[in-house]
Amino acid sequence: MIAAHNLFISYRGRNILRNASLEAKPGQVLALVGPSGCGKSSLLAALNRMTDLIPGATVSGQITFGGAPINSVFATRAELCRHVGMIFQKPNPFAMSIRRNIELGLREHGERSRAKLKQITEHVLRDVGLWDEVQHRLDHSALELSGGQQQRLCIARAIALKPQVLLMDEPCSALDPIAAERVEQLIQSMRGQYTIVIVTHNLAQARRLADSIAVFWTREGIGEIVEHGPTETIFETSSSEIVNSYLSGRRG
Amino acid sequence: MTNTSSIKTGSPRSSGHRTREYAAGIFIWFAASVVMAILAWIVVDITVRGLSQISLSYLINNVADAGRSGGIGPVILSTILILLVTLATAVPLSMASAIALTEQVGHDSLLARYIRLSLDVLSGVPSIVFGLFGNVFFTITLGLGYSILSGGLTLGCMVLPILIRTTEQAINSVPVEHRHAAAALGLSRSTTLFRVVLPAAAPALAAGIVISMGRALAETAALIFTAGYVARTPESVFDSGRSLSVHIYDLAMNVPGGGPRAYAAACVLVGMLLVINGATALLLKVAGFRIAPHFGARR
Repeated sequence: MIAAHNLFISYRGRNILRNASLEAKPGQVLALVGPSGCGKSSLLAALNRMTDLIPGATVSGQITFGGAPINSVFATRAELCRHVGMIFQKPNPFAMSIRRNIELGLREHGERSRAKLKQITEHVLRDVGLWDEVQHRLDHSALELSGGQQQRLCIARAIALKPQVLLMDEPCSALDPIAAERVEQLIQSMRGQYTIVIVTHNLAQARRLADSIAVFWTREGIGEIVEHGPTETIFETSSSEIVNSYLSGRRG
Repeated sequence: MTNTSSIKTGSPRSSGHRTREYAAGIFIWFAASVVMAILAWIVVDITVRGLSQISLSYLINNVADAGRSGGIGPVILSTILILLVTLATAVPLSMASAIALTEQVGHDSLLARYIRLSLDVLSGVPSIVFGLFGNVFFTITLGLGYSILSGGLTLGCMVLPILIRTTEQAINSVPVEHRHAAAALGLSRSTTLFRVVLPAAAPALAAGIVISMGRALAETAALIFTAGYVARTPESVFDSGRSLSVHIYDLAMNVPGGGPRAYAAACVLVGMLLVINGATALLLKVAGFRIAPHFGARR
């Protein structure tokens, strides 16, 4: 569905990621794991061209969507973002009402009908299991919600645009264990509907969630992908010394 | 690791150290109490001497006997008009400048640094200098005469530097995560600015405007040369008008026996400031924002 081919990323001349290739198959969950600072989040940001907004960031290599280069599939960044949503580590709802949080992106992408907006809002809030908790206070500030609720709102806001791909940058790591579990269950339930690429430091979570996995490692100060394949294969039968010791908790 | 024990047990420290901490504590509390006492003194003094003279007729009647009797109706009206002119010019200008500084000119570019430097210098210029400038430029060169318009425009120039800097800080204090979220949703730059960043900055923006209003309300020197002294009810912004602070100054300095009435006017001025502060807080609350100090605290 979405894939990177021979991707190199650098910030202000400093190489972050070297020759990274990976592929997320339609409807599957791909987990990016590895120690901090090895380019996982940078790769994720390159997939929806968030890297364009970071001064000094250069990306070379190719990213394809459904087999074709993203720049030929999507004429603008806005168009790309409509099809490739993103969830961040820290829940970041806008300082406005719950309803407006969801409607803002929809309006920007041309949805004007009030009835339609209302219907989509209810639909996505039900999808993330937030509807029963917030249906009577849709016009309250989103900042009044708990961290876990905020994160689920952010997911609702992203899926309101009906993306095919969801990029998630450690979506559970800023949440308490119970809220994190809710979000993880939510991701689990979205399997099949969306292609999900998720960065996580929680190996157990990666194993529970992911169909396939890419292990990142730093060599000579530059991140690279040392192994990429189906989750069970990598956890059970990896031939790489680094991967085995990382996945079993002996390194990293 | 070596001083773990001293951390655990509190402080097996020298008694000299403890005495010093004790003294520092006393001094800090003393300083804080002095500040509070001064404020309390001013407020109580003004209220005790002024409040008893304030009545509805005082607030709406015309000035009589150079302010020794009658009311301050025209003065309040002039003050409000001057404030409106000030805000109507300064707020849009500073908003646009601050947006240019934060969104267009690179944050650390040479141009931005020079703009900031000149704003800082400008905000340090004494108000009487602004008054002279306003007198020469607005009343004489532009031919606006001694008028509410001249006074308001002069005050607009005066509060511009503070307003731009507070607006710039308000915009910059919006968490970068908001911008990331907006970018990830494919929102355009203008949507991001007007629908995401500025609403999130609203409490801090409002705080900047309230501070500027306070400055403008307190201003006397710059207005004497520009808005003038006339205590009649202004018929338009082209008429001269006397602001509350000028009225207080006049009563206290130029009118024998005007002292008690100066306190009454001061009381009204303080009341106006309190009303503006309260109204802003209420407005933000109604609009669903937390009040400034809490902004960004809950993340």
